[in-house]
Amino acid sequence: MKYSIKQVVATAIGSAIFFVLARFVSIPIFANTYLTLQYAVLGFFAAVFGPFCGLLIGLIGHTLTDLAFGWGIWWSWVIASAVVGFLSGFVVKSKKAEEGALEKSDLVRFIFGSLLVHGISWGLVAPGLDIAIYAEPANKVFIQGLIAGAGNFVFTAVIGTALLAAYAKTRVKTGSLG
Amino acid sequence: MSNSLIEFRNFSFQYRAQKNPTLVNINLRIEKGEKILIAGPSGSGKSTLGSCLNGLIPFNNPGIITGELLIGGKAPTSVFDSSKLVGTVLQDTDAQFVGLTSAADVAFALENQAIPQSDMIRRVYNTCEEVAANQYAMLAPHNLSGGQKQRVSMAGILVNATPILLFDEPLASLDPYTGKLATELIDRIAQRSKCTVIIIEHRIEDVLHRHIDRVILMDNGRIIADCSPDEIVVSELLDEVGIRKPLYVKALERAGVVLLPDDKPGNLESLVLTDTDKESIQKWVNQAVSQELKTTNHQEETPLLELLETSFSYNITTKTKKLVLDNVSFKLFAGEMTAIIGANGAGKSTLAKLIIGFEEPDTGKIIYNGEDMSGLTIPERAERIGYVMQNPNQMICKPMIFDEVALGLRVRGFGEQEVRERVESVLEVCGLSKVIDWPISALSYGQKKRVTIADALVLRPQILILDEPTAGQDFRHYTDIMEFLLSLNASGVTVVLITHDMHLCIEYAKRALVFSNGELIADCHAYEALSDPELAKKASLRETSLYELARLCDIEDPKSLVRAYLS
Amino acid sequence: MTSFGYIPRKTIVDEMSGASKIFLTLAMSISAMITFDTRFLLLVIAVSISLFIMAKISFKEIKAILVFIFVFLLINNIAIFLFAPEQGVLIYGTRNELLRISERYTITVQQLYYQMNVTLKYFSIVPIALVFFLTTDPAEFAWSLNTLGVSYKIAYAVSLALRYIPEVQRNYRDISQAQQARGVDISKKAPIKARLKGVLTILFPLVFSSLDRIEQISNAMEMRGFGREKKRTWYSGRSFISYDYIVAVIAILCIGLSVYTIVLNNGRFYNPFI
Repeated sequence: MKYSIKQVVATAIGSAIFFVLARFVSIPIFANTYLTLQYAVLGFFAAVFGPFCGLLIGLIGHTLTDLAFGWGIWWSWVIASAVVGFLSGFVVKSKKAEEGALEKSDLVRFIFGSLLVHGISWGLVAPGLDIAIYAEPANKVFIQGLIAGAGNFVFTAVIGTALLAAYAKTRVKTGSLG
Repeated sequence: MSNSLIEFRNFSFQYRAQKNPTLVNINLRIEKGEKILIAGPSGSGKSTLGSCLNGLIPFNNPGIITGELLIGGKAPTSVFDSSKLVGTVLQDTDAQFVGLTSAADVAFALENQAIPQSDMIRRVYNTCEEVAANQYAMLAPHNLSGGQKQRVSMAGILVNATPILLFDEPLASLDPYTGKLATELIDRIAQRSKCTVIIIEHRIEDVLHRHIDRVILMDNGRIIADCSPDEIVVSELLDEVGIRKPLYVKALERAGVVLLPDDKPGNLESLVLTDTDKESIQKWVNQAVSQELKTTNHQEETPLLELLETSFSYNITTKTKKLVLDNVSFKLFAGEMTAIIGANGAGKSTLAKLIIGFEEPDTGKIIYNGEDMSGLTIPERAERIGYVMQNPNQMICKPMIFDEVALGLRVRGFGEQEVRERVESVLEVCGLSKVIDWPISALSYGQKKRVTIADALVLRPQILILDEPTAGQDFRHYTDIMEFLLSLNASGVTVVLITHDMHLCIEYAKRALVFSNGELIADCHAYEALSDPELAKKASLRETSLYELARLCDIEDPKSLVRAYLS
Repeated sequence: MTSFGYIPRKTIVDEMSGASKIFLTLAMSISAMITFDTRFLLLVIAVSISLFIMAKISFKEIKAILVFIFVFLLINNIAIFLFAPEQGVLIYGTRNELLRISERYTITVQQLYYQMNVTLKYFSIVPIALVFFLTTDPAEFAWSLNTLGVSYKIAYAVSLALRYIPEVQRNYRDISQAQQARGVDISKKAPIKARLKGVLTILFPLVFSSLDRIEQISNAMEMRGFGREKKRTWYSGRSFISYDYIVAVIAILCIGLSVYTIVLNNGRFYNPFI
């Protein structure tokens, strides 16, 4: 597998942004719920730099966040974040995204893809691991996962899509500047 | 076959995204051990030429090449291949500094070659010593100043011992004093290592402070001059392409002294002035002194903005604090154009943050038009005082120009009709009416800067604070922006420039507030600040070359020469 | 604990290599995940708390986070009880009632024991993660990961992330201040839609300037030969001291013991009720 220097740097910067958003930015949305902006950025980076990059950003970003908060590392959710990053990398063709050749249909694809990705991660992976590791009651972890997943999905769909759409506008095409 | 170290033969290059070639028919030879300055305005192709040397072109930025480039007699085959011969110090040291400590960053290239740790430690130590960076070898990059970061970046390239060193705009983000040290350091490195040194820079006076063998002048993708520094500084080409001539050369020209390359004007230290030359300068100065400089007396007026004994400190940890502004008081009057000057870290940016309300002062008051601002929110203050950040890319957040400028009004709930009227009128003022419906991505850096000025002006503030408005701009763009700010000032906006650009102060600001280590150490006419060697030293500023010229011409009061230059 | 502000304390734990501390943290995580044996979980916590004491981390430093963890665990316990009051009975197969609250909710010994184990499991990773975080120089992270077998490119990505966190943080602050000056409000006072829009005005410049940055940094790294060779040495690498080997042995023992409890208990749960 080819892991280019650019992808190494994208992993690092993506993780740094994930960390800063998760650790320092808390924008209230309603009572005790905060915008999880980091998942919108994770979805965007995974779309542009591919699944492996996405996986690592989720893994590194979330682990560093947990470490810095000091509450231990909650592997079940760390792994779920990594799965979000990994799967988001398949939603749109990263080659297309990188060149900024995304069309409306790709954005729609991104929204529905994100629904699937967050559904799998927070509806299956995170609760599944919580059951396997902590023998937590199934009904509790599924509800917990769905609440978190719904929030993460909505912010990704709204903010991540807006980022991708704007990104497509900023890229310049061959021979277009004169 | 030639045996030049670097040779461009009929070389042209066109970026994939561009319609026209960026480099056109370049023919250039650089011999081993030469020290070359490549100068030219933005967009002249000088950076592209540098990218061809270090292999970023064509390997990472694809495009069409015609002709040939040989380095060490061979055409490079990859970035890795080029980097064995050419070490590049980038303009943006934050992008180059990848290590978590200075020492780890210097070691980066050695780590990549899998050099054993013990060798590495020795080589890193020696190289840090060479650039005098050992003191902060174990510090993290965010604890270093810009100049220190640059030294580490240089060490990180030197440690690799490549035969060619390429410096891409090394002075762009440094204050003048640090820039002077950087020029001296590059010279020392060149002499000691016997490397071939290539410096890409448009601030030619600062580079020519030390010896340079040849200057290559570029414009529109072509080489338009390839000559000695002595020839270039007296050439009309500099004015034509929009590169600033050294200040002392301009002063001599204004005094009517005709300079020839044989007078060695490339550097003040080598410059030979005849007694008649000196006399004509003295005469010019004496004439100017008899005309009084216009100063305005504000004593009776109410100040527009007043700072009263303001102090501010940052928490470093929970226990220790760092005082960044110490008991600062001054008044700004309506219609002034004031420069806030001082070295990096002198407290200039903090001052702006306090005025705009990003930070609250520990003690003291900030009074706007007789009203204490401490009760005002950031958005409320923005309607009184506009703030323009140094980097427009950090401010612009909409893809289209109109929406970008309209943002401040829309979030305040203005009706779409009024939004349109106000945006149109502010874009008119900023000379952007023609591009009102364009996407931001189609704009040049200078145009983006204007968009961010429009962002602030659309709220109709009375004061505009600009952080380093001309940083990284070549002379032509610099003049554009400054003339624009002058016209704004003339229309009644009070302008505050935070800067370390001495030229800007001298030529545009009427008043200077000089900061050093958080203290306001002088409040005077800009020319006085820059011709007072003691003040300059205290504020880590660099006195301008006019001051040295005055000494050279036996003029007792150097300030009079600066004044002559200004009138 | 605001960010990655490592302060060396010169204790034995500081002198251990990051590699062995990561190894121990991982081994303890995995072993505490595998088993539900109360005795083993208590042992893991005891070992990590003793490291904590050896590292001379003051209680004051971690008071806030301990309160947070306590509150979290409390809420989690209440939630478990509300959702599945009979989970313990299900697991341990016996039922000793302590207090009947309603038809659905009865406190049983088994439930209490199960919830205690869950709490211990959650808590077991806390002290060791704190020890690792507070006593390891970030400059050592990459070497440590590489030494443990992680590819050097991924290891370096971690190091680079740590390098650029302060810069991203500063950018975020600068951008958000500039947007606030224009009137963008992302605080509780603004309606949700305005807040979302406001967030975008910060994220756009933050993300897009980062993309340019990625380009510049990767070019600079390539020019300095990153990725050219199959392997890489590390300036910040360390040689192992005897404590590193002791820690490694403890880590392996942890895993071994954890697996052994499964054999011993005939499954993941230690059942004191039969």
